Amino acid sequence: MEALLEVKEEKKTITGSEAVLKCLVQEKVDTIFGYPGGAIMPIYDALYGYEDKLAHILSRHEQGAVHAAQGYARASGKVGVCFATSGPGATNLITGIADAQIDSTPLVCITGQVASHLLGSDAFQETDIIGISMPVTKWNFQVTRAEEIPYAISRAFYIAASGRPGPVLIDITKDAQMEMLEFEYQACEKIRSYQPYPEPELEKIMAAATLINEAKKPFVIVGQGVTLSRAEKEFQSFVQKAGLPVASTLLGLSAMSTRHPLYVGYAGMHGNYGPNVKTNECDVLIAVGMRFDDRVTGDVNTYAKQAKVIHIELDPSEIDKNVKTEVAINADAKQALKLLTPLLDVNSHQEWLSEFRDCDTLEYEKIKSGVLFPTEGELKMPEVIHRISEITKGQSIVVTDVGQHQMVTSRYYQFDEIKSNISSGGLGTMGFCLPAALGAKVGAPHRQVIAVIGDGGFQMTVQELGTIMQYDIDIKILILNNSFLGMVRQWQELFFDRRYSFTEMTNPNFVALAASYNIAAQKVSERADLDNAIQTWLSTKGPSLLEVVVEKEENVFPMIPTGSSVSDIRLA
Amino acid sequence: MEAAKEYTLSVLTEDKPGLLNRLTIIFSRRKINIDSLNVSSTEVKGVSRYTMVATETKEHLDKVVKQIRKLVDVLGAFVYEEDEITYREIALYKISAELFEKNGEVEKLIRNSGAKVVETNQHHVFLEKTGTKEETHELYIGLEPHGILEFVRSGRVAISKSMRKTEAFIKELESSRSNKLSIKDF
Repeated sequence: MEALLEVKEEKKTITGSEAVLKCLVQEKVDTIFGYPGGAIMPIYDALYGYEDKLAHILSRHEQGAVHAAQGYARASGKVGVCFATSGPGATNLITGIADAQIDSTPLVCITGQVASHLLGSDAFQETDIIGISMPVTKWNFQVTRAEEIPYAISRAFYIAASGRPGPVLIDITKDAQMEMLEFEYQACEKIRSYQPYPEPELEKIMAAATLINEAKKPFVIVGQGVTLSRAEKEFQSFVQKAGLPVASTLLGLSAMSTRHPLYVGYAGMHGNYGPNVKTNECDVLIAVGMRFDDRVTGDVNTYAKQAKVIHIELDPSEIDKNVKTEVAINADAKQALKLLTPLLDVNSHQEWLSEFRDCDTLEYEKIKSGVLFPTEGELKMPEVIHRISEITKGQSIVVTDVGQHQMVTSRYYQFDEIKSNISSGGLGTMGFCLPAALGAKVGAPHRQVIAVIGDGGFQMTVQELGTIMQYDIDIKILILNNSFLGMVRQWQELFFDRRYSFTEMTNPNFVALAASYNIAAQKVSERADLDNAIQTWLSTKGPSLLEVVVEKEENVFPMIPTGSSVSDIRLA
Repeated sequence: MEAAKEYTLSVLTEDKPGLLNRLTIIFSRRKINIDSLNVSSTEVKGVSRYTMVATETKEHLDKVVKQIRKLVDVLGAFVYEEDEITYREIALYKISAELFEKNGEVEKLIRNSGAKVVETNQHHVFLEKTGTKEETHELYIGLEPHGILEFVRSGRVAISKSMRKTEAFIKELESSRSNKLSIKDF
């Protein structure tokens, strides 16, 4: 009898470290991106016996791990998970956490911490990561006793994924990792102080429907909220029924096919001409799951002043934050659109839509024709992206870094599939792309993943080539090399009197660098060789890299200079 | 441009460590100074009340309050104008015992202000005055020429004049169904 009881107890009592892993398994985590170190060694030790249940990808820097977890989350729609040790390991996560916070990416970051009796004593590799991460996490929690682990992790996953998603950090002291606990896990389903899904108010839905039905020039801007709430189908039905022209924010791209007849372009600083100009001509502006970032609005005091604004947004703190609304629907996009669409009249707004097409024609003549189909001179970024878009038929997941190549990709890649656009939007994190792309491939293994990076951003997290090599992660890396920090240089040219202060770069031999990581690589600088190079690059088995040497001093146009109105968008 | 005014914020939270930091970050991010701050328990077990005073425009403060409400452990946040609350602050004044005994004017000042002597010793007299900031300040101004050795004023404590009851408010949150979305499976 006694012996039996002992066996039963042994089954339930496990270390904190094992409990962490059991919790992750319960939350259906399949992959962890991480980097070990002193204070998280007990968890890594437990992981050694969990390889059949949890894959772990060793990055080359903790920033690489967190960006990979972001890419994984964005491509899969699941929560990204990463591990790091205390001190520098934890602080190295901060850029990715801040990026995930501003771009609403669900992450659970688990950091090791010095033993609880050492907290606050400046122990080796101790840093107050709870204090440091507080402003950039949706929630964080320090575990000092093993028994708190199931509570902390269950809440972490619930908070990260629900409502407006975001990053959560759980800091676990080393003694808590080694302590024993009686393990029991229950997924968190409710926190009384946290109401992630406000019920849409029906009178607001009705008011919005009336405004849309009466509108002569309605205009929709779609943001990432539609992707996050998996509302792509509902969104399409919504705009199709009322014949509403749709523009996208940077992160809203791929919520709807850019080939859809109602899609009129990309809004914002380097967006298309039509959507920016028409923002200040529409009579009803319908913003769905977007937050009126300053890169979208330009000068907010001259933004859509003539229009009645309908804002469908899950996060109440975004409503009336930057742009005053006529009707605010504080609800999940999917839920709101499901209620709103049946109340709409069937409409087509053909004349109004044709005004956007006129703008397209103008933009084509002034800009696109020159940059998409040049016949002489150096290669241009837009023509490269255009060819890749054509060759991949808009079917790839395209991950971008930050800068000119990012704006060019957002302008010229024709996203045809949902969940295909992964970029660092709000934070504008150079170095995001390479690790995010490898994470995206892990999160969506059956899709082709293309990483589009500038020569500057590539070198910020270039060490992740090691991760790509070790796990043979099949991503296609494109470096658009202009030997400049191109976007900063563009601003220096336009607004700082061409004083190119520290923006020119002497770069390494990228092909040789990739070769040292056993990654197939080639370099192209001639127009005649471009298509072949793209074909070879994309058809290579396993990871491959293509460096395209592009015009050094090319500018991205159109452009809304900072502080200008959207209607003052410059075509040159 | 709307003028800045003094507002009182009342924030109900779970009694959890680190929350004060989370709240103040929202103010410091926008470079808003917190004029006064008080943290106390409430009539509901496990629920804390933060009372904060800040001078800002209503528009700006409303955005702050929305960001406060977003914090996971915040149950509710409310912003009040002066006539919507009953509030008090408490001030303590230390003056020399000699001054108190020998200066009739000081004694009269204290009596008229409604301040209480809470403690005395050989050297000092400790006064307490409860009231609005203006009232405690008035006594301060009166005593100042005679010499105040030490002065301290507490954060504001305030109760709203509304019908809302904390307990009912929390019950409402607990029964709310906005914790998940029925049409979507996560």
